[in-house]
Amino acid sequence: MSEDLTYRRPISTWWWLRKRSYFLFVMRELSSIFVAWLVLYLLLFVRAVFEGEEAYRDFLDRASSGPLLVLNVLAFGFLLLHTVTWFGVTPQAMDLRVRGQKVPKGAILGAQYVALVVVSGFVFWLVAR
Amino acid sequence: MTQKTTEARIELRVARYRPDKDREPGWQEYDVPLREEWTVLDGLNHLKDKVDTTLAFRWSCRMGICGSCGMNVNGEPRLTCATFLSDYAPGPVRVEPLANFPVVRDLVVDLTDFMEKLPTVKPWIIRDDDALPDQDGEIDGEYLQTPEELDAYKQFSMCINCMLCYAACPVYGLDPDFVGPAAIALAERYDLDSRDQGARERLDVLIEHEGVYGCTFVGECTRVCPKHVDPAGAIQRYKLKAAQESVKAFLLPALPKRLRGGR
Repeated sequence: MSEDLTYRRPISTWWWLRKRSYFLFVMRELSSIFVAWLVLYLLLFVRAVFEGEEAYRDFLDRASSGPLLVLNVLAFGFLLLHTVTWFGVTPQAMDLRVRGQKVPKGAILGAQYVALVVVSGFVFWLVAR
Repeated sequence: MTQKTTEARIELRVARYRPDKDREPGWQEYDVPLREEWTVLDGLNHLKDKVDTTLAFRWSCRMGICGSCGMNVNGEPRLTCATFLSDYAPGPVRVEPLANFPVVRDLVVDLTDFMEKLPTVKPWIIRDDDALPDQDGEIDGEYLQTPEELDAYKQFSMCINCMLCYAACPVYGLDPDFVGPAAIALAERYDLDSRDQGARERLDVLIEHEGVYGCTFVGECTRVCPKHVDPAGAIQRYKLKAAQESVKAFLLPALPKRLRGGR
């Protein structure tokens, strides 16, 4: 066998900055960390509510402190990105057929946002009533 | 009119790699006529014919069906026969070999990896009754299909193995063991074929870590596909199937594989 003369191009650590779509993909993956943080934060909040009024007030005080506020605003931004990007790719992953006809992308996309509004409305009602 | 002297031109920046001389690829600049009906491939053929006979690249049909002329044009995987120079005016146009593959010479890449992976997903019709003779002692190979049944897999059958999806896939770039978009889309094409009974066999290969679960749904494969095959969609559907299969195997461990699933 002769020597392998093919050239293997190295992949830059910054490959995801090369294209807008790659960047969006990496941001979408990154958003999972912020989603996990918000889940944890919600659980901490629930715990504070159960521990009584003082713990609840402490929690609210800390929530309005500078660094935590910045973190949560950032996390909410990523949560929005997470929602929009994953909703956006769902029609591609689902092959829904009704009476042999493929369900159009818009219908699946619309259904997700309707479900989001309904669930959010229910939660809001639960908290605010 | 002195058309000859005023003819517009565009610069092609072509990646060159001569394994006998170069240690790594470099760039070479050429000027080609900018004609409205000329594609990047026409530009390359002009160079090869009139300017530099040492330039190496693959091409064949010039009409988007052979899948040979895939290259990275300005960083995007494209069929060069379907990519017009005028869309890049005033230039320059960067022409590189398809990303993620080893470079053999200039714009020619080594596709051995794909050629070895493709047969592992068994992209052909598998029948339980294969080679069983009928009453007349003949092997009857005709299986009828309705237009709806054809429609179920037709999109995935349009793949021309041009490898643009592999060049666009960062997962394949970072982990060359990943089976990759086109091979999985072709597995799906046969799974969805009403004549096929091989879904179970293919799943055994694709359920592995380097199979469908390697994919992180970047979606670039679908975006660059010149035949609108949608490999990303095929892979996500496969994940769903694989997940269902795992749940079934967990709930019904006693049943033999054949009864549990596939088709």
